[in-house]
Amino acid sequence: MGDYIITTNQDRCIACHACEIACQSENKVPLEATLGKIVVLGPKMVNGAPRMTSAFIPCFHCENAWCMEACPTEAIRRREKDGLVYIVDSLCVGCKACIMACPWHIPQWNAESGKAIKCDLCMNRIDEGKQPACVAVCPTNALQFGRPETISNTTRERYAYGLLEKNLKAA
Amino acid sequence: MKKVVNTLCFMCSVRCPIQVTVENEQVVSIRGNPHVPAMNGGVCPKAAAAVATLNDTQRVQSPLIRTGERGSGQWKRVSWKEALDYTADRLKDIFDKHGAKSSVYCERANLISDISKSFMKAIGSPNHFTHDTVCKGSINTACRSIIGYTDGQINADWGNAKHVILYGRNVFETVEVKAMNGLISAMEKGAKVTYIDPRVSITAAKATDYKMIRPGGDLALNYALINTIIQEKLYDIPYVDRWVEGFQELCSFIDPYTPKWAEPETAIPAAEITKLAREVSKSKPNVVFHYGYRGSHHPWEVYFRRSIMILNALMGSIESPGGVFIKKGLKDAGYKAGLKTYGSQKFPEMEDKRRFDGCGQELFPIADPAHGVGFMFPHAVLNEDPYPIKVVFAFRYDPLMSNPDYNTNLKALQKLDLIVSSDINFGSTTALADVILPESFFLERSDPLQMGSSLKPAINRRIACVRPRFDTKPMWWIVKQLAERLGVGQYFPYETAEDIWNYQLADLDIKIEDFDATGFVSLSDKAIWWDRNDGINFKTPSGKIEFVSNLMESHEIPSLPPYEPLDFEPGAFRLMGGRCMFHTNVATQNNLYLNHIAPDNPLWINTKRAKDLGIANNDAIEVESNAGKAVMRAYVTDMIHPEAAFMLHGYGHKEVESKRSYGKGVPDSLFEERHYDKIGGSPAMDHTWVRVKKV
Repeated sequence: MGDYIITTNQDRCIACHACEIACQSENKVPLEATLGKIVVLGPKMVNGAPRMTSAFIPCFHCENAWCMEACPTEAIRRREKDGLVYIVDSLCVGCKACIMACPWHIPQWNAESGKAIKCDLCMNRIDEGKQPACVAVCPTNALQFGRPETISNTTRERYAYGLLEKNLKAA
Repeated sequence: MKKVVNTLCFMCSVRCPIQVTVENEQVVSIRGNPHVPAMNGGVCPKAAAAVATLNDTQRVQSPLIRTGERGSGQWKRVSWKEALDYTADRLKDIFDKHGAKSSVYCERANLISDISKSFMKAIGSPNHFTHDTVCKGSINTACRSIIGYTDGQINADWGNAKHVILYGRNVFETVEVKAMNGLISAMEKGAKVTYIDPRVSITAAKATDYKMIRPGGDLALNYALINTIIQEKLYDIPYVDRWVEGFQELCSFIDPYTPKWAEPETAIPAAEITKLAREVSKSKPNVVFHYGYRGSHHPWEVYFRRSIMILNALMGSIESPGGVFIKKGLKDAGYKAGLKTYGSQKFPEMEDKRRFDGCGQELFPIADPAHGVGFMFPHAVLNEDPYPIKVVFAFRYDPLMSNPDYNTNLKALQKLDLIVSSDINFGSTTALADVILPESFFLERSDPLQMGSSLKPAINRRIACVRPRFDTKPMWWIVKQLAERLGVGQYFPYETAEDIWNYQLADLDIKIEDFDATGFVSLSDKAIWWDRNDGINFKTPSGKIEFVSNLMESHEIPSLPPYEPLDFEPGAFRLMGGRCMFHTNVATQNNLYLNHIAPDNPLWINTKRAKDLGIANNDAIEVESNAGKAVMRAYVTDMIHPEAAFMLHGYGHKEVESKRSYGKGVPDSLFEERHYDKIGGSPAMDHTWVRVKKV
């Protein structure tokens, strides 16, 4: 995801779709297009108890971005500073090559403008020091946005501190 | 120019504190108010979708007077002056013949209730009721009967709970952000959540333990839990000794209601009930048996809700951290006065004080007149009992689809001489109105200050974020205009929202500017708990928790009547209504985004039952009760008890103006028969049997 990552805490996610709605509403995305998508499994019975789980799928901002390579007009570009992959709207000719090339078909079709659109992780908001809309709106903090190294650090620390607290109490 | 505004949401009645970013008069984003840490920065999907309603051209865009048949969608666009003059002239005519008491004012209880109630007092009608009466009238009554406070005056200390028991209280689909995050953090600290519901909701999937109870079996379950807790002395003995009146009576009453006895009523094995009682007791007093909302609305509801509060009392959880707390207000925070109310003015004596619903009077002596018994509205209209009702002010409340029995409600509304509606959208009652006085959306208006009673009380402010998109007005303005035309304008001494705020703050050393930084004024830095050994101020006549209730017994209503077994209709399904996280009652189905995600309401039925009836998933089915019949879609699933059928509330809109929601789904009220709790005043919305067959 360029230099960033969005993770889903499945215990906290309640599948409320606020992420999708805020993305659509704040980025003025047409109703049929979903830039960041929450995928929900369940509730279904697992060992006699109802359970559910979910994962949020924005654009991954790949290092070797299929969409970028497929674009015949160089409308899809990568930001120098953080590797975010975005579409220059005025250069898009609406050929949909990016949608076909992406293994997950993540670029979306804007039927109103006849152009491709995609998640740019709300790069304008990132430049203002804010989080992407999907993450900022999440009512349970199930979505986390950050640099992989930071998220990795905090997650490992949270896990290890829990363990250490237990050990200390036991000792 | 970008600005941020801290205000209060109103996509649902929770009214979360939010921060709205506005650029060039456009709302850019809505987030949780960052000055309220419990909001965690986020908002629910409804608030995320609020901008679509704000800018929706399918809203009511100006005052309208009906020109065609009721519901035909034919309107004359008029000025505010013409609409208000027309309304007042019609009212004067009707009041001349039938008196002001022939009018009923119903509303979604809100920051303006003080003004709306004052309006009715000023014109001389005792007939005001709120939407609360439909979903929580009996909870209110039950709570007052046992602790002297309404359910609105207590709350759960979610974040510190160690075991939470929810009866259809669908925390994770209600998305009351602060409460939900409290519960999540408690669960992360190891708290257990037991969720009881005939249907698997998102909350069921998140709970530590889920029990698929037989529909209507909640009271039996609670009696069996109480039985075990008393038999095995699992209750908080010092707390019960100190605070409970009527414990001995409860002990003798509960004796026959063993877990074994409860098995057929609940479909929960006796051993599981015993286990739950033991487990919960280990966590006492940090236990919440949640008393509300939704789930199990039956004619005995007041006793079911009382049984929940009895369990809380046995756990010693009332006014314990991690339990249920009594909300604290200005006086508890050391202030000498409260917010000044318009309702405290001296109004002329009413000629006839009999209410249309008999609430607080002969018919419902212990139900709460502050909210009324809205269920009685169609009855009063159709039977002119206790006198003719000619006018309804449907102000942000939709009696047609919100009350049970759609067809009867429709008949009642059609019988009225005048329907005055104030709404954001064309709701189902609004579409039938004679005159619509459209209210501005919550992002477009400032409202009276809200007293935020809690452990840490605060006063909160809703303030306009953008100018009204259309020719709409705040409710306090509309009400004052009507009052002036009816000759009682003197009771509404304000021109602007600031005037109202100044009036409310008159007795306090708090200024309007104090709200500017955060949107609220905090009244206490630390949580105010009363001493649970000696300082709990129960508002019952005895000053204690009354298992045997003075309120009830003094009206010859038994506190602990014998349990009556559930009825059963072979071949039929017990219909339950409910909510999802995308919609607020009947109000949001036409929102662009919310409609897209949740457009329709199929009927959930159990896989085995469906198979017996030859029904496959998505089949068209005919659903019929004694109240109504409709064709809908079947959702066949294992996630519901075989005896139950479930449908979401709020669908089946037929307002031609609301093009997205038009004709989608079926109102649950169409099937709901007129069952009700004769004591608490709630409609028994989950009590109807429906018959289902393949089309």
